[in-house]
Amino acid sequence: MTDSAQSAIRELAPARPTWHVVLVRPETMTFLLLIFGLVGASFLSPFFLDASYILRSFTLTAEMSIVALVLTMVVISGEIDLSPAANMALSACIFAWAQEAGTPLPLAVIVGLLAGLAMGALNAFMSIRMQLPSIIVTIGTLIFYRGLAQVIAGDRSIRVPDSFIGINTIMIAGIPLPVVIFVGVAVLLGLVLGTTVVGRQIYQIGTNQAAALHAGINAKRIKVGLFLVLGVVSAAAGMMAASRLGSVRYDLVLGGELQMVLMAMLGGTYIFGGRGTILGTFLAAWLLVIVSTGMTVANLLPAIQLTVLGILLIVAIIATNFIYARTQR
Amino acid sequence: MTPERPMLIEARGISKQFGGVEVLSDVDLDLHVGEIHALLGENGAGKSTFAKILAGVHSPTRGTLKLNGQTVDVSSPIAAQKLGIALIHQEPVSFPDLSVAENIVMGRQGGGLLSRVPWATIIADAERYLDMLGVSLDVNRPMRGLSIANQQMVEIARSLASDSKLIIMDEPTAPLTPREVDTLFAIARRLREEGRTIIFISHRLEEVRMLCDRVTIFRDGAHISTQSIDSISDDEIIRLMIGRTLKKFMRKHVAEIGETALEVSNLTLPGLFEDVSFSLRRGEIIGLGGLVGAGRTDVARALFGVQPAASGRISIGGSDATIEKPTDAINLGLAFVPEDRAGHGIFATLPVEHNLTAAIPGKVAPRGFISRKVERSISQKAVSDLSVRLASLRQPIVELSGGNQQKVILARWLLTEPDILILDEPTRGIDIGVKAEFYDMIGDLAEAGRAILLISSELPELLSLCDRILVMSEGRVTAELPRGEATQENIMQAAVPRSGVAA
Repeated sequence: MTDSAQSAIRELAPARPTWHVVLVRPETMTFLLLIFGLVGASFLSPFFLDASYILRSFTLTAEMSIVALVLTMVVISGEIDLSPAANMALSACIFAWAQEAGTPLPLAVIVGLLAGLAMGALNAFMSIRMQLPSIIVTIGTLIFYRGLAQVIAGDRSIRVPDSFIGINTIMIAGIPLPVVIFVGVAVLLGLVLGTTVVGRQIYQIGTNQAAALHAGINAKRIKVGLFLVLGVVSAAAGMMAASRLGSVRYDLVLGGELQMVLMAMLGGTYIFGGRGTILGTFLAAWLLVIVSTGMTVANLLPAIQLTVLGILLIVAIIATNFIYARTQR
Repeated sequence: MTPERPMLIEARGISKQFGGVEVLSDVDLDLHVGEIHALLGENGAGKSTFAKILAGVHSPTRGTLKLNGQTVDVSSPIAAQKLGIALIHQEPVSFPDLSVAENIVMGRQGGGLLSRVPWATIIADAERYLDMLGVSLDVNRPMRGLSIANQQMVEIARSLASDSKLIIMDEPTAPLTPREVDTLFAIARRLREEGRTIIFISHRLEEVRMLCDRVTIFRDGAHISTQSIDSISDDEIIRLMIGRTLKKFMRKHVAEIGETALEVSNLTLPGLFEDVSFSLRRGEIIGLGGLVGAGRTDVARALFGVQPAASGRISIGGSDATIEKPTDAINLGLAFVPEDRAGHGIFATLPVEHNLTAAIPGKVAPRGFISRKVERSISQKAVSDLSVRLASLRQPIVELSGGNQQKVILARWLLTEPDILILDEPTRGIDIGVKAEFYDMIGDLAEAGRAILLISSELPELLSLCDRILVMSEGRVTAELPRGEATQENIMQAAVPRSGVAA
């Protein structure tokens, strides 16, 4: 059998050499930019190569980075969700409001998670069940969730109990807990996407949903599942942010959705679905931290920092499309 | 016909690479003024690529093109149009919401950006070009809803409007009825008399023989031979196309007919098909014939749960079955190779392996995690069983030729070990060599006791493969012909709608 299999595997377009397949991909670009950023930043400030400094900086965006990992899977499946940052704020407000009203802390956490689940369910219902475009649906719910958060919290900060504060000060082997959680979630989701049937099917749905349907793949169920997971994870991330900040306002991670999308895109996730990896988003999350803290260390004006991030996103999208066009003709 | 005619096109050393792969190498070809020239070759032989280079869709990696003796650079479809080269697509690409007249004059220079649209001239011109073709169409109606044949006529009219000297027709007859083909051929001959040159790409030899003056055969990206059609036999053409002689075109299989596998009664989906009933037994191949749009594909989609029927009964293996989604059908042992390979079959950018095992997640992932080893060995066996030609199991399926993509889709379904196999136009757009392989495979599958429902628009295919042929017309089964009684004539008689006239 091996012989005939060998003889069948021949002719036509020669396969790309292995090194080509392994190296010519958007994640490589992200990785190179990361190294480049590290080297550049350490020139600007010798303190920069201090690992604990980088880790402490990372805890500031760890919550969003965790959400971006799940968002990556949603984008690969061919959908998008722009509401997670608003979901984080609303879940955190509901959580804080519930415990302020006397709900025991564990129960308040569960209430917060359920709120996130409900928000994911609303997104899923409209995007998948009613088949409306998810980009429009989630722009709508982004504003809606943020508005509800303001209704609940008003203009004040709701303090969270002292026992809940300080997730970023808990160290595990010298690494802040939020970073540990981020790495753990990345490994878990990487395994799901790379080695399980569901992971495989997420790529198939994102590549060609009609073909997936014809192959007996339940695209709707998987997409609904992804929206629900994203809702719950956003809520958890919102409460992590509350723990780090010590209080909750309606404008928690205002505008964070763009940073999450930026992470996914920088990591090589294809906006039209079917391509991307958890590794890419993982690297991109570190890249963003290093670039922005590097610029802060260098005393660059916030306006210039924003400009640089914008340029980075544009470069990433051009490179990603170029690489995909060249390698998958 | 006379070799002394002036040259319209002289192509020299045309080569084209896609991502490092040479798909066309050093092609020399001369086209005379006023000839109809056939391009033949297996899929992937390079004939379409060559045509697209002439039409400015692709630019060649190397080589020169001369038009009327002058070197030209056909860098874009617009440049081609200005040079008088037009490409007529198989499925016409038009602007469905614009009128027929607007589509005909599309691309013509029309004054400044803000100048008034000269409607009267546009309509008069459009009518004149359609008159030249002998086609009567309301030029004010929108393109949307026109039959494919009429859309092709509009495209041809558009090529006249830009005064094309070279008209390339890429498999124009595939979606047409025989009568429409006759009309198309009459028009092609008239265009030839006017001194225009036509390139005709088709898989159907008899059409080439009816229409063309000379024929050029491509194989593996190279020009093999150009000859006058009268000096070459069909066998010779096929031999040159595949590089070996084809002994038997189709083998007649004798399968043992077993118990009933599928029974369909009064299946109805209003607007698409009505009252469809038949039964299919193990080892049997039933053909479903009819014109495009007769509802055959819709019946298949309903059986597979893609778009379930509104009423009627389906029973499988003797017991009633409820099929609301493809998963239900797969669990009941059905498999469906859809007609639209690109849209409903392949995951274009994903590796061949992932395409192969898409319908058997349970087998490649015994404990929920995909086993690379199991997947590889399953894929390797499937690929060698169907002799799929590929470079690597990990290459994106879109890099394979159409026939090999189709083999992968068929293999995907054979891996589910189905009892009932629905094949919708499985050999469409596939070259003769691979077609013969498909016929053998279909016969083997029936011999292995599978029940097969074969939808096909090619009558010889139905006649030689099927034990029984059902003919559909306008959503109804209009004939059921056993193997012995079926002929091309009585199939066509049942297929052509009785009330009204086909467009």
